[in-house]
Amino acid sequence: MGTGEIFGIIGANGSGKTTTVECLQGLRQRDGGAVSVLGLDPGIQRDALRHRIGSQLQESALPERLKVWEALDLFAALSPRARDWRQLVEEWGLSEKRGTAFSDLSGGQRQRLFVALALVNDPEVVFLDEMTTGLDPSARHAAWDLVRQVRERGTTVVLVTHFMDEAEALCDRIAVFESGQIAAIDSAPALVSRFADQSVVHFSHAGEDLPWLADCPGAQSVARHGTHHTVSGDGPLLAYVGAALVAHGIAPLDLRGERATLEQAFLRIAEHKAGSA
Amino acid sequence: MRGVQKLAWVEVKLFIREPIALVFAFAFPFFMLFVLAGVFGNDVDPTDEENLRVWRGVGPSDYYVSTYVGLVMASAGLVTLPLRLAAYRDAGVLRRYRAAGVSVPVVLGAQVLVSLGMSVLAAAGIIVSSTLIYDTVLPENWPLVIAGIGLGLLTFSCIGVLLGAILPSARAVQGAGLTLFFVMMMISGSGPPLEVLTSVMRAVSNAMPLTHLNLLVQDAWLGFGWSWWEALITAAFGAASGILAVRFFRWE
Repeated sequence: MGTGEIFGIIGANGSGKTTTVECLQGLRQRDGGAVSVLGLDPGIQRDALRHRIGSQLQESALPERLKVWEALDLFAALSPRARDWRQLVEEWGLSEKRGTAFSDLSGGQRQRLFVALALVNDPEVVFLDEMTTGLDPSARHAAWDLVRQVRERGTTVVLVTHFMDEAEALCDRIAVFESGQIAAIDSAPALVSRFADQSVVHFSHAGEDLPWLADCPGAQSVARHGTHHTVSGDGPLLAYVGAALVAHGIAPLDLRGERATLEQAFLRIAEHKAGSA
Repeated sequence: MRGVQKLAWVEVKLFIREPIALVFAFAFPFFMLFVLAGVFGNDVDPTDEENLRVWRGVGPSDYYVSTYVGLVMASAGLVTLPLRLAAYRDAGVLRRYRAAGVSVPVVLGAQVLVSLGMSVLAAAGIIVSSTLIYDTVLPENWPLVIAGIGLGLLTFSCIGVLLGAILPSARAVQGAGLTLFFVMMMISGSGPPLEVLTSVMRAVSNAMPLTHLNLLVQDAWLGFGWSWWEALITAAFGAASGILAVRFFRWE
């Protein structure tokens, strides 16, 4: 991964995302192969590396009665090249919660504190592992803005996530993990066009088959479940299906096209892998 | 070094905010002091040979005062310290320290330092209370008593780290640590005098580190000298625990 990029890691549960980032951070001994982070081997030069990276760990808490300012003050003292943590408190919107105990923080506040702790040693690379799991939508979007800010300050971000929209919104490049291997690695649009070339058109109409829709340019399959029709294919499918419907005197109110998404690409990669396995 | 200091200071603050830790460090030994001193008093009948044998020739309260100090150390080593370590591991706090580049000696060192500090405070509190309220004897030989207490603190710190390291969860520590604590409280000399225990109880008692520590400190306190034998056994418990603890310590 390159300096200053937001690099995403997505994959199913148990596909090896967390294990991989733990190896990268020197928190877990790898079984084999070679790993290099900032030119260092995390298995051997662990201590040298740890002071140059930041870790927001998945499922890792702080002592319940520890206050926000105490946590930042402590982790700053534990790092040989700490930034001024008071500034981080401001940046991450924790000023009002300075004196609050960890156990009294909301999920979003905890995540903000963890990210602030990951940044307290002014790292060159920061690892964020499922930072938005358990957050409500507004807190998630706020967290995304913060990640972008981190990158703008010149820190490389490695983001492990379950959420395709998160990866699509934030990441410059994404590695798709499948059974412990990287199944694909590219930018989100490139992954989508490579693996999820299909678009789908949906609409409702009385319960009769409309076989002539298959003649639309680009259409590959036509299906009906009760009154719900779908046409799958590629190219500007929505426009052709709409024109054909209108030509047949049908104008459904709910005609809509579904563009291929990263989620589809992800599912496709998973299917492909399962098929070849 | 700044890290250890900061970590230890934070731990002191957390300790004070945690009621269970305070109860075990301060309330229990004091409770024993008040109950036993109230029940047995401190009078000794110089003509009653049986009585003299059971109480080692001194008044019951004089007999017990040194064992409360042992109780303080045992509660720190069997309950408070391992509970803290295991709870930290369960919650992923240790993992977070590790990711921040904190080494094992620093994490354990800070915990042990706090545990030692609190035990010393509690022990001092017990000695002062017992002396002022019940007029019990002060140590006959201060240097030996301090040496014995120092050895006890180290030994129970090692035992605490070992329990925290090998038991799988905070829940397991609560079970095992509390059981050990109550057994030792009852049969290691802090409860009924060792002389009145049945032979089976006495055998179990002899397998407990607190029994040997209590005898060591009691000897020094009452002016019976320094028992190298008891010191050696106490130190052996500590050394074995310390070695095993370092060997089996897990971050997560």
